[in-house]
Amino acid sequence: MTRTLLLLLAAALALPACAPPQARSTGVYLLIDTSGSYNRQVTKAEQITLYALTRLQSADSIAVARIDTGSFTEKDIIAKATFDDRPSTANAQKRAFASRVEKFIDQSPPAPYTDITGGLLQAIEFLNEKRTAHKEILILSDMKEELAKGYVRDIPLDFKGFDVVALNVTKLRSDNFDPRQYLGRLDVWRERVEKGGGHWRVINDLDHLEGLL
Amino acid sequence: MSMSSLLTFTPWPAVSAAILLILLVTALYLARTTAHQAIQVAAGALSRGLRIAAHSVIHAQERLAARNRQVLLAAGRESKERVVEREFTRVADTVRKDLAGYPDMHRRLSESILRIEEDQEKAAEAPPEAPGWAQAVKVVANLDARNAGAEILSDIHKSMVKAHEEAMDDYRKASSERHALLRRMAPDWRLIQQALGHVHKSVESVIGRSQTIDRHMEEYEAIVRGEDRALSVLSSSSIVYFFISALVLAVATAGTAVNFTLIARPMAEMVGGTNFIGAFRTADIAALVIIMVEISMGLFLMESLRITRLFPVISALSDKIRVRMVIITFLILLLMASIEAGLAYMREVLLLDEMATNALLRGDNSAALVNSHLWITTAAQMGMGFVLPFALVFVAIPLETFVHSLRTVVGLIGIAVLQALALILRLLGNGARHLGALACRLYDLPLFGPLWVEIRMRERTRNGAAPPAETTAWKEA
Repeated sequence: MTRTLLLLLAAALALPACAPPQARSTGVYLLIDTSGSYNRQVTKAEQITLYALTRLQSADSIAVARIDTGSFTEKDIIAKATFDDRPSTANAQKRAFASRVEKFIDQSPPAPYTDITGGLLQAIEFLNEKRTAHKEILILSDMKEELAKGYVRDIPLDFKGFDVVALNVTKLRSDNFDPRQYLGRLDVWRERVEKGGGHWRVINDLDHLEGLL
Repeated sequence: MSMSSLLTFTPWPAVSAAILLILLVTALYLARTTAHQAIQVAAGALSRGLRIAAHSVIHAQERLAARNRQVLLAAGRESKERVVEREFTRVADTVRKDLAGYPDMHRRLSESILRIEEDQEKAAEAPPEAPGWAQAVKVVANLDARNAGAEILSDIHKSMVKAHEEAMDDYRKASSERHALLRRMAPDWRLIQQALGHVHKSVESVIGRSQTIDRHMEEYEAIVRGEDRALSVLSSSSIVYFFISALVLAVATAGTAVNFTLIARPMAEMVGGTNFIGAFRTADIAALVIIMVEISMGLFLMESLRITRLFPVISALSDKIRVRMVIITFLILLLMASIEAGLAYMREVLLLDEMATNALLRGDNSAALVNSHLWITTAAQMGMGFVLPFALVFVAIPLETFVHSLRTVVGLIGIAVLQALALILRLLGNGARHLGALACRLYDLPLFGPLWVEIRMRERTRNGAAPPAETTAWKEA
């Protein structure tokens, strides 16, 4: 009887330990628009990356990718990392990551087209693979998509469980003439994200990123 | 059936209402005796039930009080036994220490006394020689030899002066020797005084201890007899011990929290910072386990040293095994303390690394500068990491007091709760009885008309035979 009780007690104690760990990690995917109309803003990507790195902890994942003519490819990922369990190793990874992003920003060539949808597809794929509890896609772009001939991007996107944040959405020259174009552009993307089950936000003031992550 | 439909069985609602009222009053009047009995039975049953419950609670409270009394007396007896045992041990130590030195002291005293005796004998004053010349001088002076006696006297005078000088020299010499002997006796006197002083101190100590033992024994006897005064003293002491030990345990808990903070962060380096067991981080649990193991080792150490008596098994172990246990638990504690000191150092290193990384990520170069006095905080953290496990060892003492006094305090609280419950039940019982009486009165209230008529009729019936009795139905009501 006593032995049975002891076994039951041991099992009760061991069960929570054997249960699959609850996902608590965060995944961040930063898309940087490198098209000609936005290339001057690319330097701000470093600020956002560094901010994200200060917020992320061990076991969190981050990737920084560029948006160019065809963005649905791993080749466009500039840097990616999943931080180690040990805080000291995670710190070293953060430093290395920051260095890689800085290097890219210094040498980023302008792209002729802007394939935002392809970048988003790649981001969804990456974050879903990482199985993080909280998924956030940051888009540093003017949100004006320009596709090269032959690229099909009229695809429904599945944003369930995703937070999509458009950062520093600059106004184009044409937007100044007709602000409805700018507002319409943002509305289209908001609609697309929310239709896909995601949550859409716009942050234009990069000095106040407190709400991010 | 609504009220309005009830009032429509005659064309005039007022008449209908009056008829209904009369019918109702009549029905109530006819059912009055039965209704009163029902109300009284119900109220009586409820009252009796509540009173029985109150009696039961009082009985439970008495049993709890008796048990609490036994617990208190047993605890007091055990405590007094320990105190008396300790006092006896002290007396035994004192006696053993003094008796061990007694033969040596006795020999020294005897030798000193012997020396003093010898010196005293030697120092006895020699009586001066009796003057022999005085008689001779008198005889010569009486001789009728004309001037012949003068020369003889002159010679005698010279001889006398010489003899006097020699006698004085001898006397001075003898006195000097006596003084020297007396001087030599002084250290022996001092030795005797010191020895006797030491004996006096020891005897005083033993007497003091015996008085303390007497006092404790009186208290012990009072506890054994189960006197109320002894019980009252034990009870109040127990409550005081409870609060004091609770306070010390709260301080120890704060110390544990500080200890936890010191080692939780570096533990993440060892077991990973993202693993969870249930809702808790594995690193936090590991840090807590280390602290708990330290506290357990501290408990075992205190038990092995027989400072606390929480585990009778450890107290009952042989001295040899106990000593081994003391050594082993102390070594484990030392190891744990060293590990904690290392972890505290690691914490500082990790903190610096994190600060440097964050400064780099923020682009803040000034934060990366190393403070030259940083070694002080590092050393302080390491010192705390090393000392806290040993400080937590002493938690065993308040813990033992807390556990022992908790039984009494919980018992006292239980008694108070049961007393309050019994009081409430008795009040409710009485309340139920009075409510029954009140319900009867309220029942009679709409029947005032028929009751008045009944009283009048009774009075009229009795008017011819006897004066109206006071115990009428109205009075009853």
